[in-house]
Amino acid sequence: MSTPLLKVDNLTVGFPSKSGLVSAVTDVSFELFPGEVLSVVGESGSGKSVTALAIMRLHPRSAQITGSVQFDGRDLLTIDDDEMRAIRGRDVAMIFQDPMTALNPVFSVGAQIVEAIRVHNDVSKQAAQKRAIDLLDLVGVPEPRRRASQFPHEYSGGMRQRAMIAMAISNDPKLLIADEPTTALDVTVQAQVMEVLHDVQKATGTAIMLITHDLGLVAGSADRVQVMYASRLMETGSIDEIFYESRNPYTQALIDSIPDLDGNKEDLASIPGNPPSLLNPPSGCPFRPRCSMAVERCAEATPELIHIANSHASRCHRADDMASAAAGTPS
Amino acid sequence: MADLGNQPSGSDGPDSSIAVMLAAADDLEGLSDKPKTFGRLAFERFIHHKLAIVGAAGLMLIIAAFFIGPILSDFEVDDYDVLNRLAGPTKAHWFGTDEIGRDLFVRTAEGGQLSIRIGFVAAGLATAFGTVMGAVAGYFGKAVDAIISQVINLILVVPALIVLSVFALKFGSTWWKLAMVLAALLWTRIARIVRGVVLSLKEQEFVMAARAAGASHRRIIFRHILPNVIGVIAVEITLLVGTVIVLESTLSFLGLGVKPPETSLGLLVADAKGNIDNDPLRVLTPGIMIVLIVLCVNFLGDGLRDALDPRSKSERG
Repeated sequence: MSTPLLKVDNLTVGFPSKSGLVSAVTDVSFELFPGEVLSVVGESGSGKSVTALAIMRLHPRSAQITGSVQFDGRDLLTIDDDEMRAIRGRDVAMIFQDPMTALNPVFSVGAQIVEAIRVHNDVSKQAAQKRAIDLLDLVGVPEPRRRASQFPHEYSGGMRQRAMIAMAISNDPKLLIADEPTTALDVTVQAQVMEVLHDVQKATGTAIMLITHDLGLVAGSADRVQVMYASRLMETGSIDEIFYESRNPYTQALIDSIPDLDGNKEDLASIPGNPPSLLNPPSGCPFRPRCSMAVERCAEATPELIHIANSHASRCHRADDMASAAAGTPS
Repeated sequence: MADLGNQPSGSDGPDSSIAVMLAAADDLEGLSDKPKTFGRLAFERFIHHKLAIVGAAGLMLIIAAFFIGPILSDFEVDDYDVLNRLAGPTKAHWFGTDEIGRDLFVRTAEGGQLSIRIGFVAAGLATAFGTVMGAVAGYFGKAVDAIISQVINLILVVPALIVLSVFALKFGSTWWKLAMVLAALLWTRIARIVRGVVLSLKEQEFVMAARAAGASHRRIIFRHILPNVIGVIAVEITLLVGTVIVLESTLSFLGLGVKPPETSLGLLVADAKGNIDNDPLRVLTPGIMIVLIVLCVNFLGDGLRDALDPRSKSERG
């Protein structure tokens, strides 16, 4: 394979608090290749958003970061602020969760895209305006010329998220980080926005890091999936590896709790208990207290991320047991 | 379509005229292909705001009267009509005359010009400085905020009258010096208001989005955050104009502001106070002028706030 566009090594992000250091991201390493769609899945507070913000260096100033984030040959954690600013929006762009508040209410949508273009490019207003209208057209905003002059409050939620996507891709970024881009939207609109992201990815060839808590959303859109739990990477692999050959009880529990339309289940499966406190994480494996497969060893040592096959790796002492269990059950 | 066609009233005529009307309405509401700029939309909202129009028209009328009135009058500001001292309003002297026979209409107009000039200059300076300080304090927080906030507290506890009287004694009091001192004392309020608004605005996701788009701090403050504060600033600047005019009148009344031969509305009230029993009208005319100016300016501010808010619906109401 080619050289990775983004290479995160041992990234750890901690926040000092009165009762000690809270580790929001612990020892996370992964790679992202040009043009690839990587999905990061996890519950609220699992550290997926903080990982993204740390890559963009938009984390709160109080955060303590170790590790390295290699992007296109540079370590984003050590370059100076001006250099980082030049990368933001041009090489790495970001889409936020809530399109209601991520657009500036006092400027027309077109003007905001023009602004995004002109931060990085010395082009005339007219040229930028023309590009803004083309971009709105690309992301499927109808009547882009007219809609460009409208304000965010005149857009619906889905249209706003399209506008955000248009703004994010205005400088042809190599990497697009989408932080829960569809969480604030209706289910039907979610599908449309994912479609737009998919089309944009095809049209521009950008790599996408898609952060979501919705496994169902991942299946149709990502090349690779990465599951996070309690600040750690639990499992990583291709779509098929994760959905059909999962070697991690947490991932399996997540998959089991996706509502099944054809299944005859009477109850929706759920994972008992709550995610652990990051201040006093349980000993050993963070998922142990909620895990149905936990054994004594799980409390004694935190499992390492074990390589299984190709891109597949899992953090579980019983990964092998899961494999044999899966082989034993006809599916 | 078939159902519609069967309706008894001739369908073609009304339908097409409705289409024309809708198209015209689209044009009116800015839904045509030609986009309207923010300024144009704000202007349209402004002219539909009744109180704002009253304020703007009143203010323009007063200013016009102050600047054009003296030209129409037969008298100069320092002409002494000694035969008609302390006259009430007459055909020649519209507002009457003072103890040494100076025409009070011309003097009110001259004084009004100066009051308005001080009002706008001082309010403008105070707003510009206060806005930047408030925005910087609110945006950066921490030490920057602490320093600016302490300076503001310091200025707020300094008694304005003492500063102004010391300043007047030391440097004299031409109108622009007075305006500068007033601005130096009055920027604190707007700075605190802007700081508060920026504190809440900077937590909004669009600020994070602007950072993610690679905008610098300066660009974020001036191009992303401050445009959101303009409505607040518009109201504050007009309130400030009123405050400055009242304060200037008070100071001039106390002999700490404008000094003769310059005159202002406050000074005219002071001049007339000795005669209040015989000639109450002489105190009232400049006093009423002060009230009218402040009132008009405040109405104007109200309208500006609504006009500058793109979410305001008054455009269509």
